[in-house]
Amino acid sequence: MHLHPAYAGLYPAPPLDEPPAFFPEKISRADNEHLDALEAQSVFLIREAFHYFKNICMPWSMGKDSNVLIWLSKKAFCGHIPYPLLHIDTTYEFPEMLEYREWAVKQYGLNLIVKINEDARAGRGDYATRGPIGYDTTDPVTVTHELKTVALQQVMAEHKWDALITGIRRDEDPTRAKERYFSPRTKDFEWDYKDQPPEFWNQFTTSCAPGEHVRVQALLDWSERDIWMYIQREGIPIPKMYFARNGKDGNRYRFRSLGCWPISGPVESDADTIDKIIDELAITKTSERAGRAQDHHERNAMQKLRAKGFM
Amino acid sequence: MLFARDRAAVSTTFFSGVFPDATFSNHSMQKSDSLFADDAQRLKVVFVGHVDHGKSTLIGRIFYDTKSLPDGKVEQIQAACKEEAMEFEYAFLLDALLEEQEQNITIDTTQIQFKTEKRPYVIIDAPGHKEFLKNMITGAASADAAVLLIAANEGVREQSRRHGYLLSLLGIRQVVVAVNKMDLVDFSEDVFNSVVTEYKAFLSQIGLEARTFVPISARGGFNVAEHAAAQMPWYQGPTITDMLDQFESPKTLTELPLRFPVQDVYRFDERRIIAGRIESGTIKVGDRLVFSPNNKTSVVSSIERWNAPQTDSATVGESIGITLTEQIFVERGHVASHETETPIESNRFKANLFWMGKNPLRVGERYKLKLTTQELDCELVSVDRVIDASTLEAVAEKRDFVARNDVAEITIQTRAALVMDNHDRLPIMGRFIIVDNRHVAGGGIIFGGTYTDRTKIKSQNIFWSDGDVTAARRTLRNGHKGAVIWLTGLSGSGKSTVSRALERELFNLGMHTYILDGDNIRHGLNSNLGFSPEDREENIRRVAEVARLMADSGQIVITAFISPYRSDRRRAREIALEGGVDFIEVFIDAPLSVCEERDPKSLYKKARAGEIKEFTGISAPYEAPENPELTVHTDRQSLEETVASVIEYLRPQLKSDSEIEI
Repeated sequence: MHLHPAYAGLYPAPPLDEPPAFFPEKISRADNEHLDALEAQSVFLIREAFHYFKNICMPWSMGKDSNVLIWLSKKAFCGHIPYPLLHIDTTYEFPEMLEYREWAVKQYGLNLIVKINEDARAGRGDYATRGPIGYDTTDPVTVTHELKTVALQQVMAEHKWDALITGIRRDEDPTRAKERYFSPRTKDFEWDYKDQPPEFWNQFTTSCAPGEHVRVQALLDWSERDIWMYIQREGIPIPKMYFARNGKDGNRYRFRSLGCWPISGPVESDADTIDKIIDELAITKTSERAGRAQDHHERNAMQKLRAKGFM
Repeated sequence: MLFARDRAAVSTTFFSGVFPDATFSNHSMQKSDSLFADDAQRLKVVFVGHVDHGKSTLIGRIFYDTKSLPDGKVEQIQAACKEEAMEFEYAFLLDALLEEQEQNITIDTTQIQFKTEKRPYVIIDAPGHKEFLKNMITGAASADAAVLLIAANEGVREQSRRHGYLLSLLGIRQVVVAVNKMDLVDFSEDVFNSVVTEYKAFLSQIGLEARTFVPISARGGFNVAEHAAAQMPWYQGPTITDMLDQFESPKTLTELPLRFPVQDVYRFDERRIIAGRIESGTIKVGDRLVFSPNNKTSVVSSIERWNAPQTDSATVGESIGITLTEQIFVERGHVASHETETPIESNRFKANLFWMGKNPLRVGERYKLKLTTQELDCELVSVDRVIDASTLEAVAEKRDFVARNDVAEITIQTRAALVMDNHDRLPIMGRFIIVDNRHVAGGGIIFGGTYTDRTKIKSQNIFWSDGDVTAARRTLRNGHKGAVIWLTGLSGSGKSTVSRALERELFNLGMHTYILDGDNIRHGLNSNLGFSPEDREENIRRVAEVARLMADSGQIVITAFISPYRSDRRRAREIALEGGVDFIEVFIDAPLSVCEERDPKSLYKKARAGEIKEFTGISAPYEAPENPELTVHTDRQSLEETVASVIEYLRPQLKSDSEIEI
């Protein structure tokens, strides 16, 4: 078997028959009430989005937050998901994630659209003079922009969605902290964070000019810990890469945030159950996206990426 | 018992998925049983005050003092400051965007969490710069409590007063005033006291009572989380974090009357699920609900949730679905309540409003008003008082507009009935926003109860138009398109009954509608026509022409004629379509035997006896529609259900484009 480069170092490919990583946990009353409130608000937002926008799509990265979004959609629509899901495939997906994708599509009966910026990877069309875009040739900020944001622009031009339901959270990053629940984007995907519409009393920006779209950020109020507690409480399926495994150096590792394999690093961790992950979060002081190289490539990299349309 | 599932009974997959569809029904999810019942709820606190009075610094300091920052964050920002040759400030912990650091003001609201020993907090930083009112509103509107900063060296400023007033308008009652920058006034008790005296006097005018005033220095960390006995020995009161811990958690609204604004009606499967969030009160299975504004009632049959325990009640804050025992017409914007405690219904009311729009809010112009899930066209009737937010005095001159950043007392009129409560009774149902050309431009709270004296509404030519009066413009004014709803069916099938109920329903929805039937056509316009095949044909032709004209003028015309021949109905449709008018054929279907049994005018009896010749169904054919827009079965459906299904079909068809867009 060809060993994927991602597993060649510390983090080994798992055996396929690993036991389940979910265990029941005691969630306090206050935490339960807090999760109930978050869930109710997210469901409310998703229903508002579905009411106001005729042509809507839910990007899905297969990560934990993304899977919570699927779950909340089913909560909102009594077990149904009345819109397509979109996976922007950078071609740098972990093999396990692709397996998960295949499994989840079948399990949930998803209407999944997979989009790859083929021209960029092949270095043809608009990319003929620049050559192929990839981590071996290009810096991570550019790769993220071309293979994610530009790919999203391409697929949006094709489907003309007027709203996207996204899973970004305020606690992930300072620029995301400034987001609105309903956040309008220009034709060129630009986010004018200096002049955002007011948003209060659960009334939102619910229309946009042709060509523009609105990002409906249904998980904005959730924290990383909330996400894990909710996954625990509800029994939401997630990829197993979030859980700790034995590394080849004798230490244990897990992924806290998952992206393209060349730029997603595992963190040292013993957390192989959700309980342990939640415990770990209570004491960790490193930020969630610390393992994501594109955020740290240069000063304000995240801000620049997001102003140009990155989630 | 614990919050637990029976894992052994749960099938596992490669990806550890647990799918409740298969396994949910027999495991429990008791939310109330917990080992940690005393855990505190999160409290949302907004920080407001004049620009440069130190909000971001105070928040940064609180984060630092409560050790709520990720490792390395302080060092990282210190390094960045060194790189830029700037002095490190605690505000930078929040002001993460480069632009902010350059301008040295907070641009937008940020929500970040921190923890004291007592409980977790969500902090909302609201900027104080004048043009950023909308961000301050955005931040403050969702807060449970507020910290208002006043710099001791500058004293009470315009923004200090304006923000205090807005907090009061937004209904935030828990306020602590932090008198900051005490280090710049040599920690003087006299300076502190003079700020307290001045601001207390202001707050009492607007009915706001500050919990307490705390003298602090955010930069030095004095009286923030630690007492500053050395610097301010004259102050023995609580610190800022002490004060935060004393604030009460948001009050539960379960004791208030039920308000369940309908968000949508879903039909993903055989069930018809009314979706929404309970804004106050409790819903139980078996409750009789009244849906305002059309005042239809039905009984709750079930409460629908996915992957949650089946219960027969739902309470405030929950986003749920319900099904009803009787299928009445319900749509988004309707508000369900219990019969004993219904909300106010009115199309005219008074409100206090703040305006953030680029253009002023003007008397006589059309705007979109949103209140919970209701969305209605409205116009500003009058500006009763404009209040200068910093002096709290009314602007002397009489105005017919509300300018950006103004606060005003106004009267508003909506096109159809609005369901509401007074803000002091039920805040969520007593506040609305105004949308001006797609932009959320203002917000207001309703007071003073009902103002439904429709006889006194003065008629205003508010839609003066210079160009041609086109169908599109009529549609825009009416809020709906004109259309011909052509009912066809046997004598006794229920056409007249359905038409009258339908007309009443459309009328109550604020639409222009009119019935054409035998009574008002045969006796006048068509009094020269008999019942020969030619005359019947001519009768239908004239009805079709009149219906088309009326529909073109903006009416929803309901025709109630047997119209037994397909060719006649086809012609009526062509006439309508030629005029650019929608034609909706509704087959009022009931078996002949049922119609004959009903026989309201004893016509069947006479036809059977041979007293009436060529009676449809007996001695003349009825050609049932092959492809009607809608078929209703009056033998199987109640009148309520029949009308509900027609309205449900019609509503999207009749929507004006502007309603869809805005």
